[in-house]
Amino acid sequence: MITDKIQQDIVKAQDLTKVFGQFRAVDNINFSVKKQECFGLLGPNGAGKTTTIRMVSCFLQPSSGSLEVLNKNTQEAARFIKRNIGICPQEDNLDPDLKVDDNLRVFARYFDIVGSQTNKRCEELLHFMGLYSKRKSRIEELSSGMKRRLIVARSLLNKPSLLILDEPTTGLDPQSRHQIWESLHQLKQEGATILITTHYMDEAAYLCDRLVIMDHGKIIVEGTPKGLIKEYIGPSVIEISSVDKDVETYLKAKNLVYEKSSTHFFIYGKSIAPLWPEITQKFGEESCVLRMANLEDVFLKLTGRELREV
Amino acid sequence: MNSVLKNISWRSWRVWQRNFDVYKATWKVNFIPPILEPLLYLFAFGIGLGNLVQNVSVEGNTISYLRFIAPGLVATAIMNHGFFETTYASFVRMYFQRTFDAILSTPLMLEDVIFGEIIWGATKALMAGTIMLVIAVVWGLISWQAALIMVPISFLAGMTFSSLGMCFTAIVKDIEMFNFPVFLFITPMFLFSGVFFPISSLPLWAQYAAQALPLTFLVSVLRSLALGHFHQTHALELLWLAIIALICTYLSLVLMKKRILK
Repeated sequence: MITDKIQQDIVKAQDLTKVFGQFRAVDNINFSVKKQECFGLLGPNGAGKTTTIRMVSCFLQPSSGSLEVLNKNTQEAARFIKRNIGICPQEDNLDPDLKVDDNLRVFARYFDIVGSQTNKRCEELLHFMGLYSKRKSRIEELSSGMKRRLIVARSLLNKPSLLILDEPTTGLDPQSRHQIWESLHQLKQEGATILITTHYMDEAAYLCDRLVIMDHGKIIVEGTPKGLIKEYIGPSVIEISSVDKDVETYLKAKNLVYEKSSTHFFIYGKSIAPLWPEITQKFGEESCVLRMANLEDVFLKLTGRELREV
Repeated sequence: MNSVLKNISWRSWRVWQRNFDVYKATWKVNFIPPILEPLLYLFAFGIGLGNLVQNVSVEGNTISYLRFIAPGLVATAIMNHGFFETTYASFVRMYFQRTFDAILSTPLMLEDVIFGEIIWGATKALMAGTIMLVIAVVWGLISWQAALIMVPISFLAGMTFSSLGMCFTAIVKDIEMFNFPVFLFITPMFLFSGVFFPISSLPLWAQYAAQALPLTFLVSVLRSLALGHFHQTHALELLWLAIIALICTYLSLVLMKKRILK
């Protein structure tokens, strides 16, 4: 029974495409989100993450391909789907005309959550997100971290079968980020299914069971955070802060996998750790760093280091 | 066509409730303008101008200038409050506060949101019209019987002006652009729809032009009712207001879908 649950697709996208004029924002992507998993959509700006999320949320209609959420077509059953999912948008769209608790109460009413159960549910969520003492505050009095937490609380009002988070911690201080992570982690343990986009690789590594990296509207890779690091980078990375020709000649001679930025060389591979003493001796210990490989290495390797101006 | 209309549901009521909750929270402030506005008009036009223009002949009756303009001022209040709610106020909710976006992540569809906003605009018109009527009745300018009939008409005409406003909200790029419809529609209607003088005193071409303005029908119906008359043509004028409301509601839904859902 448990395996059945885990196999069930909460989101299923097949050949999903969204075209705006001549621009293919999402270009023929396939992915699925399984029940009770946290699935990440990663990618640089303009990769198509938000467009994908907006299609899953029934805000945008796909140009072609099929998209099912909770086993229903997003174009035919938008109302049903929206009743059963929770959405945390990128931008703050809390209602500034209403106090904190009224934001939740009025939002609950859109879901037909009315009457005596409403206050109980709202208070539960205010406690859960650590906002109970702010329940009578005006929205403009909240810090950006509190606003985020209130948006998360709001998205949980209807006990969603799928929680969609679009860059939930962008622009927050470390304390607020960790507070949100802890809440999301707790939700995961309670069996929530989560679809998340993020720019933060540590966030993705911490929260996601599985993820895809998108670029230019396409999915370029899919896997678990650990699996991707292992496959594309290896266990460790050596950084040399130099752009010297000698370094490059050495790396080429040793037949090493490396990347060159305007200030650094990055050396990847399964067996680079033994080379560490030799490299530090050659190029100086102070300009070399040996560290664990992380998801950011995978991301930059696959999507490149150039700035994205979209 | 069906796709737009089939998505309107009773859930529009939730949007109305949201706006009403906000209104209730600040009702003391909200009540002041609709009460002061008619008093200012009555004072300026009725007493100031009324001393120059003593009596007016209309539909075979000779009445004081104050009695002449009272129904017109009710109509103006209905137009202003309906139109301004779905232009400036709705635009702020849609564009600056992203309230529509937030509501769209619930079971409500865009059509529910827009229709709810239009009904709310009509409700604001109804409230402003009613306040104006109460003052006119107390002042002895309109009989309470006639005023009672005018209350539901305020809502109908409110739908006309609020749905018209929503069409502009669907197409303007920024909030300053509302100056155009205000300058091109609202101000001319205020001046040339028979609020301050009978349309028959205009040159013939202007009389025809005035016949294209929704406020003209509303003023005509309300003034006759205030005089205790109701002709068949007034039924047609009300029907025409309803038709404009239907067309503008449909048009605003189509335009808003284009604007928000692309």
